[in-house]
Amino acid sequence: MIVVDKICKTFHGVTVLNDVSTQFEKGKTNLIIGQSGSGKTVLLKCILGLYSIDSGQIFFEDRSLQEMNNQERSVLRQEMGMVFQGSALFDSMTVEENIMFPMRMLTQKSPEEMRSRANEVIKRVNLINSNQKLPSEISGGMQKRVAIARAIVMNPKYLFCDEPNSGLDPKTSTLIDNLIQEITKEYEITTVINTHDMNSVMEIGEKVLFLENGYKGWEGSNLEVFKTENEAVGNFIYSSNLFQKVREVYQKEN
Amino acid sequence: MIILQNIGAYFIMLSKVFIRFTRWSVMKELILREVDSLIIRSIGIVSFISFFVGGVVAIQTALNLNNPLLPKNLIGYATRQSVILEFAPTFISVIMAGKVGSYITSSIGTMRVTEQIDALKVMGINTYNYLIFPKIIALLFYPFVITISMFLGIFGGYVASIYGGFCSSGDFIEGIQLDFTPYHVRYAFIKTAFFAFILATVPSYHGYFLKGGALEVGKASTTSFVWTSVLIIVTNYIVTQLLLT
Repeated sequence: MIVVDKICKTFHGVTVLNDVSTQFEKGKTNLIIGQSGSGKTVLLKCILGLYSIDSGQIFFEDRSLQEMNNQERSVLRQEMGMVFQGSALFDSMTVEENIMFPMRMLTQKSPEEMRSRANEVIKRVNLINSNQKLPSEISGGMQKRVAIARAIVMNPKYLFCDEPNSGLDPKTSTLIDNLIQEITKEYEITTVINTHDMNSVMEIGEKVLFLENGYKGWEGSNLEVFKTENEAVGNFIYSSNLFQKVREVYQKEN
Repeated sequence: MIILQNIGAYFIMLSKVFIRFTRWSVMKELILREVDSLIIRSIGIVSFISFFVGGVVAIQTALNLNNPLLPKNLIGYATRQSVILEFAPTFISVIMAGKVGSYITSSIGTMRVTEQIDALKVMGINTYNYLIFPKIIALLFYPFVITISMFLGIFGGYVASIYGGFCSSGDFIEGIQLDFTPYHVRYAFIKTAFFAFILATVPSYHGYFLKGGALEVGKASTTSFVWTSVLIIVTNYIVTQLLLT
């Protein structure tokens, strides 16, 4: 579990996160949603420790990120996996090398052990016949799969995804969402996903945190989204006609 | 104020390059890759430029020796002095600021823009050491490039002098041996060591702290070239003042 306790973050006097508190639960897909500029990515990067926070605390189980020394942070980072918006694969490495990279850097495994583990996760994310290809030689959806494989290869306790389905077609987006959810359940990971995609909210949003101008606007589950009276959430989620129709049908049925 | 901030950030970056080392099995590969990219792949252009500029130095010296009382061996002497003292270490370093500096800035800058640096950080890797240290070590081989440049510069002068009919082979060879001071070669290599460090770290700084997208990568490469060249020229002046006066 990750606990975010009253965190604030400013950049050059502009407050980007203001007194945000929440909990991201283990074995669940926790989604952070909000408009562009609402502070989603900053929140994610604060949790990852890529940005320092001005006040508040972030706890991983009972360990405070702010009170950790460099050694403890190093250990914590080995428990994290991250899927970046643009996949962030290393251009000069093949798919297999990208996936083996965290093991090469952080473990004492032999090349055979690393290759065997890499092949395990490659199979898990359904990447076929791509081991020796460069990231530039595979599609966007496959790059996301490689990024997911790289993120889970070290058996992380925490998985973070920054807009994992941006730039993907709806079918591939759903496949990636389902893959992340399956992995979350299978490995009992605390997964935090930063997304704009309302399909993801409906499909896998077991816990949804809505950020509005740096404040926590609302939180609940994908089922509660339909019932909420929160105007800002309504305006954000039901900005498309399709979702307005879905809401109407849901409200009639319930 | 911004310049002071940048200088501070540059030295903080340097202090982080030499801590929390990447494991040797990975670092070894990175160093070899950088030696190939930064040193081996520069030899061609450095050789080409050195040969022809050496030739031009010899021709211009020859054309300015109008007085029949001046010995012809001065062509070899002037070529040697120009090439060893200034052309090979400084002029080639400014050219390398364009070639190697732009490569370093754009490669690290692209990693920044595409979040590859963030990916390394999330894995708990010291990105300063991982990205910059192999470049510093690779550029320890830079004096080797300068040695080639010195040799080919003088050889270019020799070829131009002989085939241009400006002096005889004997005159030129006598000239390059005339009043030879080994300390000048040492001075050139001391300068080269400073330039190598600047070439590795200043472009890395511009790439690492890049903000924005693809357009900024291009801008950062240009800025990096300008600042690397300025620092090379200023360092050249200071080192010359300290070592030759």
